[in-house]
Amino acid sequence: MPSLPDTVAGIAAGLASRDFSSVDVTQAYLDRIAALDGRYNTYITVCADRALAQAQSADTAIADGSAGVMTGVPYAHKDIFCTAGVKTSCASRMLDNFEAPYSATVSERLDAAGMVMLGKTNMDEFAMGSSNETSYYGVTLNPWGTNVVPGGSSGGSAAAVAAQLAPCATGTDTGGSVRQPAALCGISGLKPTYGRVSRYGMIAFASSLDQGGPMGRTAEDLALLLNVMAGHDPRDSTSAQRPTENYAAQLEIPMEGLRIGLPKQFFDQQLDAGIATCMDEARGEFERLGAQFVELDLPRLDLSIPAYYVISSAECSSNLSRYDGVRFGHRCNDPENLDDLYCRSRAEGFGTETKRRILVGTYALSSGYYDAYYRKAQQIRRLIRDDFQTAFASVDLIFGPTSPTTAFEVGKKATDPVSMYLSDIYTTAVNLAGLPALSAPAGFVEGLPVGLQLIGNYFDEEKLLGATHRFQSVTSWHEQTPPDLTPE
Amino acid sequence: MISNDEVKAIARLARLDISDDAAPDFARDLSRILDFIAQMNAVDTDAVEPLAHPLEPDAPLRADEALENNQRETFQNGAPATENGLYLVPKVID
Amino acid sequence: MDYEPVIGLEIHAQLATASKIFSAASTAYGAAPNTQACAVDLGLPGVLPVLNERVIEMAALFGLAVGAEVARDSVFARKNYFYPDLPKGYQISQYEQPIVAGGQLEILLPDGSAKVIDLTRAHLEEDAGKSVHENLGDATGIDLNRAGTPLLEIVSEPQMFSATEAVSYMRAMHTLVRYLGICDGNMQEGSFRCDANVSVRPRGTTALGTRTEIKNLNSFRFVERAIEFEIERQTDVVDGGGEIVQETRLYDPDNDETRPMRGKEDAHDYRYFPDPDLLPIAISQSFIDEVADKLPELPAAKRTRFINTFNLGASDADTLVQDRDTADYFEATVAESGDARLAANWVTGELFGALNRTGIGVAEAPVQAPALGQLLARIRDETVSGKIAKQVFESMWASGRSADEIIDAEGLRQVTDDSEIEQFVDQVLSDNPGQIEQYRAGKDKVFGFFVGQVMKSSKGKANPKRVNELLKQKLGASEGSAE
Repeated sequence: MPSLPDTVAGIAAGLASRDFSSVDVTQAYLDRIAALDGRYNTYITVCADRALAQAQSADTAIADGSAGVMTGVPYAHKDIFCTAGVKTSCASRMLDNFEAPYSATVSERLDAAGMVMLGKTNMDEFAMGSSNETSYYGVTLNPWGTNVVPGGSSGGSAAAVAAQLAPCATGTDTGGSVRQPAALCGISGLKPTYGRVSRYGMIAFASSLDQGGPMGRTAEDLALLLNVMAGHDPRDSTSAQRPTENYAAQLEIPMEGLRIGLPKQFFDQQLDAGIATCMDEARGEFERLGAQFVELDLPRLDLSIPAYYVISSAECSSNLSRYDGVRFGHRCNDPENLDDLYCRSRAEGFGTETKRRILVGTYALSSGYYDAYYRKAQQIRRLIRDDFQTAFASVDLIFGPTSPTTAFEVGKKATDPVSMYLSDIYTTAVNLAGLPALSAPAGFVEGLPVGLQLIGNYFDEEKLLGATHRFQSVTSWHEQTPPDLTPE
Repeated sequence: MISNDEVKAIARLARLDISDDAAPDFARDLSRILDFIAQMNAVDTDAVEPLAHPLEPDAPLRADEALENNQRETFQNGAPATENGLYLVPKVID
Repeated sequence: MDYEPVIGLEIHAQLATASKIFSAASTAYGAAPNTQACAVDLGLPGVLPVLNERVIEMAALFGLAVGAEVARDSVFARKNYFYPDLPKGYQISQYEQPIVAGGQLEILLPDGSAKVIDLTRAHLEEDAGKSVHENLGDATGIDLNRAGTPLLEIVSEPQMFSATEAVSYMRAMHTLVRYLGICDGNMQEGSFRCDANVSVRPRGTTALGTRTEIKNLNSFRFVERAIEFEIERQTDVVDGGGEIVQETRLYDPDNDETRPMRGKEDAHDYRYFPDPDLLPIAISQSFIDEVADKLPELPAAKRTRFINTFNLGASDADTLVQDRDTADYFEATVAESGDARLAANWVTGELFGALNRTGIGVAEAPVQAPALGQLLARIRDETVSGKIAKQVFESMWASGRSADEIIDAEGLRQVTDDSEIEQFVDQVLSDNPGQIEQYRAGKDKVFGFFVGQVMKSSKGKANPKRVNELLKQKLGASEGSAE
């Protein structure tokens, strides 16, 4: 059998021309996972039997002509999306025993498209983190280095795609959790406009910031997966009413005259020299394609991290109150009374970072502090949103690095929460404003991937994906694979 | 600087057991985080309206119809403690 | 020192929707535990709320009915606390921007006087589940069927100064929400619950004393007793130099006392913030206008109209307007019969009696208003006497036949022909010479005996008025009669 394509587009085309079957592809990925994932720990749950059954159904549909574009294409699903009958853990001991009794809207859409779920991927516990080091199931390793993190919170999904343990994956992004791991793992990842993808069944971290998005090797793959994931959902009150596009049909956008903004705050002296070099080269490529770069000022950008941490912690402290040992999830042994049931179940079920965020959030909302923290953060949120709107009056897209560093060593930032929070410096403002943004591979520094970030205006996913597609047509960073991926 | 007692009071509100050993670390981390957050005070926001939903649309509405079926068995499968369809907790005295 | 009580009431009215406020589970009462608790109601990981459109209309209708301001923008907020009947660990409620602000309710006190009570606000929120303590050993059972049922929380200003006033207010509110069709007011089922905030202060002062909150009173009687007990308790405490502890209390009907609620000693910090899963409710002027068109005539206005138009006394009017079905029934009966006095008597008398005996409501009465009105018309036109009419009514109730059908079938027409009546009278007089003697000797009461005998021999059909007149004629004035 010829070696299989490693992109969604390639696999879809091959399935359509009957070069191979969905069972062939699925089995190939399952074999690779079995051989390699012990090293990287990208999956929490591998659904081998279920996946093969889905693959068989897909093959039947392909044979009788009832298949869609994505039928039979495998994917990895971040373990934050509820999947009926399958363990859904959010990488937490609190949900270690939780088999979801219903499926998220996104999960249902993927199933309806005939896609094949290889398994549920590892992540930072309850999506809180930037390194995948807070997972109850152990750290995920970045296949590009030795003992370096993949980023987070969608670290498992990013590393799985990078290690070719899935052609694409779902992720969620609250402060950068799709884009930053995509950058650190040398793949592409998109956070859509807030409300573009349904949050029903996507276990909540910070309700006004969370957004699910596609992760894959190319802009085209992101578009194909976004087509499946996106759409209005009446079960989610914050879901966007606006109709979706066919994101894969308009990738060849004209670049002549495309105005791309360069916020000076993204390019100050603190930017790592190696990353700055990659950014310069990428800028050169865009300019050769016809784009024009314009300097921008986003004056309140540095306030985005503290505002983000207040809002996300406050919202999560409330969202996580339902984990109380009463109806599902972890319950402590022999609770003496109700208080003991709550306090001990939650103390045992949650990891340290999760507890920190709950404490910060509880504090920020508590009596006497609401105005100084939560309300203040929402005011800053408006200022940041306004800064972006001003910028988009003069540019089509905004450009910059995704992460201030390349993949760092496991354990290096884990003990200092604030230093970990600073990893999100380029990404959190986007979530506060609800804008769409993606990260795409843009080079390497000392063998570790670097990502460029493009930010678009509301519902401009086509522009983002198109510009990235054009960039990827003239560069080959996205085609690189980690050097030592052969099984031991 | 957050004291151990304050940490415990916040933990109480959040129904999280924090042992006396763990309290100092949490207190230190919380203090650092709150100092960091205090950067927000660098800007004057008195005249600014808080932004709750970035795209600011109005509430979508649902027609008043009872559509859900009884799925008690599915939902209680895996529940920590149930009896006759009730979820059980240690006795609560009003 | 003389103390006066100050009372404010918070009423929780369950809105009569088919589905819950944020999910499509049923709100029907009495289902087996947790069979009407869907994923959203259970607060499972990942679920989200979607607002039921009917609750907005119901809240707006209430707001307009009490002359309050219906907010053009209102916001849902999370009220965070831990309790097993609260699955998410927060209740979706409203805090800073409630859907209704202000308003007033006129209440009728037992002495007939009226008083206006100001409302602070009314807001939408979801109900919690229920705890079951019996037969579970050392466990408590949680039933979440009720979780997510829509509530309208109606808050009054502290403007009631006795338990009596508080009960009058509660009654007026109970009638109003049922009139509006937004709540069925079934207190046994918990559709209408009341929390009472009670404090005392030296008479003549204006500052409010420390208050206690008595929760979950679900009958008028309990509200009255609980408040009276609490007033006495607080008065004793402050009179004895003590201080009132601000706390939540429960009323114990078995011992007729209030006591502190255990397990709620924590000063609650609810950490309210706008719910990020829900968007603000926007209400347009045209929506408000549409709702205003749907406002029915309200109880107070109807009461006044009944008094003026139908010449009813205040007490009768009040009884008839207690619920819309009764009021409508009464008016339809008047329309059919042409006699408001008669209609009022029969509705509050025979009809209510029959409804009670049968255990049904006005809407289910087998004798509907037009049918009763016809019967009353037959009294008016003297086809039957009032007494016979009661018999006819019972037959109508049991058989569903009309008054005329029964009167004809059973030959119950009143005898009005003078010569016929005279025959009966003459017969009775000739049969009872002894009583005639007694009557003429001054025993007035014997007159009633003659009337009775005539009615008996005519099988109740003789027109009583003519019987009286003829007897008087034939007997003449008795000695000592003051007639």
